[in-house]
Amino acid sequence: MQLTVNGHPAYAYTGGKPFDAALPTVVFIHGAEHDHCVWVLQSRYLAHHGHGVLAVDLPAHGRSGGEPLRTVEAMADWVRALLDAAGVQKAVLVGHSMGSLIAIECAARYPDRVTKLVLMGTAFPMKVSDELLTATRDDEPLAQDMVNIWSHSAYAHYPSNPGPGFWVIGENLRLMQRQKPGVMHADFSACNDYANGVAACGQVKCPVLLVTGKRDMMTPPRATKDIVNALPDKRIVEIAGSGDAIMAEKPDDLLDAIRAFV
Amino acid sequence: MPAPRYLGFDTLSLHAGQQPDPTTGARATPIFQTTSYVFRDTDHAASLFNMERAGHVYSRISNPTNAVLEERIAALEGGIGAIATASGQAALHLAVATIAGAGSHVVASRSLYGGSHNLLHYTLRRFGIDTTFIDPRNLDAWREAIRPNTKLLYAETLGNPGLDVLDIPSVSALAHDAKLPLLVDSTFTTPYLLRPFDLGADLIYHSATKFLGGHGVAIGGLLVDSGAFDWEASGRFPELTEPYDGFHGMDFQEESTVAAFLLRARREGLRDFGACMAPMVAFQILQGIETLSVRMDRHISNTRKVVEFLTKQAAVESVSYPELPSHPDHELAKKLLPKGCGAVFTFAIKGGRPAGRKFIETLRVFSHLANVGDAKSLVIHPASTTHFRMDDAALLAAGIGPGTIRLSIGLEDPQDLIDDLAQALRVSQKA
Repeated sequence: MQLTVNGHPAYAYTGGKPFDAALPTVVFIHGAEHDHCVWVLQSRYLAHHGHGVLAVDLPAHGRSGGEPLRTVEAMADWVRALLDAAGVQKAVLVGHSMGSLIAIECAARYPDRVTKLVLMGTAFPMKVSDELLTATRDDEPLAQDMVNIWSHSAYAHYPSNPGPGFWVIGENLRLMQRQKPGVMHADFSACNDYANGVAACGQVKCPVLLVTGKRDMMTPPRATKDIVNALPDKRIVEIAGSGDAIMAEKPDDLLDAIRAFV
Repeated sequence: MPAPRYLGFDTLSLHAGQQPDPTTGARATPIFQTTSYVFRDTDHAASLFNMERAGHVYSRISNPTNAVLEERIAALEGGIGAIATASGQAALHLAVATIAGAGSHVVASRSLYGGSHNLLHYTLRRFGIDTTFIDPRNLDAWREAIRPNTKLLYAETLGNPGLDVLDIPSVSALAHDAKLPLLVDSTFTTPYLLRPFDLGADLIYHSATKFLGGHGVAIGGLLVDSGAFDWEASGRFPELTEPYDGFHGMDFQEESTVAAFLLRARREGLRDFGACMAPMVAFQILQGIETLSVRMDRHISNTRKVVEFLTKQAAVESVSYPELPSHPDHELAKKLLPKGCGAVFTFAIKGGRPAGRKFIETLRVFSHLANVGDAKSLVIHPASTTHFRMDDAALLAAGIGPGTIRLSIGLEDPQDLIDDLAQALRVSQKA
């Protein structure tokens, strides 16, 4: 689905069905150097089970135009503008990693537009090591390898994603390589610079589901402590045998957690 | 903090795609000898059919043993995924049929395995897919053969049987200039000797029957996607970038930025043509891949010794192997194939066809049969077997003469191979 948001083309995958704003809407927000397709299984399922789905490509990612946004706050405003463009009054926001920070900030800023949050691969502060941040600027292939290796907990996945026969680690690397030059540094800088996490969590009024990967090396469960403490209404699901890339490593477990919550 | 690194080739050969079985603890990959899989409930069934969940429905489409093999070869090639097929020919057909149909065109190397040449020149032409065959060393010929309806450029990494080394960086660059993908048959090289995706190829297929399986016991194929080709930006592939009525109106490129090709290949080609791999075969090929690097090192070492021997024999007119300075692709081979140029090569025997016949019939250790890449050493006369449908002109163009003998060097004691060749050469010259 093509929209225009803030004057730029914006793309959202609608789960293989035409988007219907009259249905309860779920917005999926990807993480750094990714696009909508990381959510293909979960979003496709919900779209065929009574939801309107918008799995977005953030500005400059995937099929969306414009320049990469430089702050989590700007990305949160963009999500609200996207809801306006799609004619959606209220939505559940599902975010991964950087997308989880965007979802928190959006729910804090626009509490009347967000009914529930699902956060995974989240942490606050989401500090990026100097080595990685420098690599995102000076050596994207190295940075992509670092992130790719740290994002996965295993070298075998059952039944893989988006289906049998896919090598999840190779797939994730290619997806990062498809993003435009400069996007990775902008994304990781935005995560690193975001300072409003705890304050924003305190302003979140809606129920929150946190999904953590037990073997997450990028945003280990201990790094969610401040967020967990600051959120008033939350529940936590820990998924065994998954790293940061929960959507790819444990797609069914994640879907079941989301289904039960939304 | 040490820089993170991916697992190495040898480790991936053993581990990629498989963990100990969570139910039984089995360390080896179980053979899931089942046609189908029980659904948890009706919603689970529907969501599997509609690709809302990942999982297995029916073993023609996917199977857990096959999936291990598919992930493993994808990991070894540096791709995003793979599809196991009934044979290498089935993998080639699946690759072509996924993106080409009646009215489409393929540009192919003329130095191909005879079966591949048959498929393109005769059979697919009957279904409206036209192929232009060109000299793979002539980059202008590749470029000039491309038409508005071309869908694919295709060649073998080491041409059969003359071992033309494909200049993958140059051919892939001109393919990409034309917004077309390059498909390579990497059967002779395996990912141990060459990783075509690193050089610019977009799709790879293997006859896994050969070096990957390695023991001459199972027929199978593997089709691997790099995930790097941008089908959307190309604009030449509505099969992947527009809704497909045959699968719930799915737009494969929209479903996955990188996996559109494999999604359609499995959800259409494997589903409808049905040339799937049996799980027992997948297990056997996995067993072979576990020792791929060890075996390939021995294949190469033995081949070098045999080649050196043959080049010194009065009964041998010429030896065609890219590691020899006399081979036209010697310099390119040094650059692209530093670990070795495979274990299959040809030589021309003095005395033409009668001497060749006598030579083959006198060999004791070498087996006379139509295969390569076995642990055992093999021999064949291409002009009367693998390439017998080609006329003399086409044979000559493919580097095959009436006295050309093809050898596939196995893992035996190399001195035994040399002794066997020596006695057969002696007898051949007495004919």
